[in-house]
Amino acid sequence: MTIALYALAFAALVLSFIKSKENTILSLKKAWKSFENILPQFLTILLVIGIMLSVLTPQQISMLIGSQSGWTGVFIAAVIGSVTLIPGFIAFPLAAALLNSGAGYMQIGAFVSTLMMVGIVTMPVEIKYFGKKAAVIRNSLALAFSFAVAFVMGVAM
Amino acid sequence: MKIFKKNIFLIIVLCLNLAALVLFPQTGIKSFEFTVKNFMNFLFMLTPVFICIGLMDVWIDRKAMIKLMGENSKSKGVLISFALGVVTAVPLYALLPIAGMLLKKGSKISNVLIFICSSASIRIPLLLFEVSYMGWKFTMIRFIVNFFIVFAIAIIIDKTLNEKDKKEIYDNAYKL
Repeated sequence: MTIALYALAFAALVLSFIKSKENTILSLKKAWKSFENILPQFLTILLVIGIMLSVLTPQQISMLIGSQSGWTGVFIAAVIGSVTLIPGFIAFPLAAALLNSGAGYMQIGAFVSTLMMVGIVTMPVEIKYFGKKAAVIRNSLALAFSFAVAFVMGVAM
Repeated sequence: MKIFKKNIFLIIVLCLNLAALVLFPQTGIKSFEFTVKNFMNFLFMLTPVFICIGLMDVWIDRKAMIKLMGENSKSKGVLISFALGVVTAVPLYALLPIAGMLLKKGSKISNVLIFICSSASIRIPLLLFEVSYMGWKFTMIRFIVNFFIVFAIAIIIDKTLNEKDKKEIYDNAYKL
């Protein structure tokens, strides 16, 4: 996926360069400016994740969200999913591994949903783009709906 | 002083990490290792994203964008936002700058929210990948439930934000 993204960016860059050299340089300058603008928030996120990853291990996680853990487990899974930041192509193998080591479908449903939609550590970045109100509402709703996903999983699986 | 105040969270977290390094050297070192590793991943992921954003900023005509995803784009705008979202499989942190650019170009806030939420939860490029790990049933249930959730979130936020909030979001997007 990232390779496709690079291909896209490179193709667009070449196309842009053919059309106008000045505009391409301007767009790269703008790209750098927007990156610089958001960098402190990103660094904060990275440090927070670093601290969390060094404290939590996958074994500890699957112990907490076993299939017998019920709604308490769902709640714990949702909290872990909300505060961690893992890309999809790592999240699914991880979720499958957690299932194999004894986690329940309901709990994994909550974990995967919050992982993708709720981002407590990315909140500073989200606030910067959407303002405090929209960011807080979006994350709370996403958290609430993750419980709905867990509920459906619990009934259906 | 202004820089200090602007980056207050960064400074706090950095101090925490340094404290961990002194008090629990093992955890502290591990934490910094993760941070460096993740920073590389972030840079790798974000470089093409920001290049695309820069190009969008220069080349995309605001008027055309307003027509596609703006205030009066109605169901066409919703459809475009949703389609754009589900084919974009980048993490939330990389989605946000793209969303900022869409706002800057005059897209309707609810449409940008549809884009973000659909992209965060439904990812067509990752669908088969999800099936291979989690099975068809899990994947399909998630897909269907999330479909409704995406629109529910976008509609609820759009109704909750008043005109002042929305104006602030647009003003802010223009500065970025």
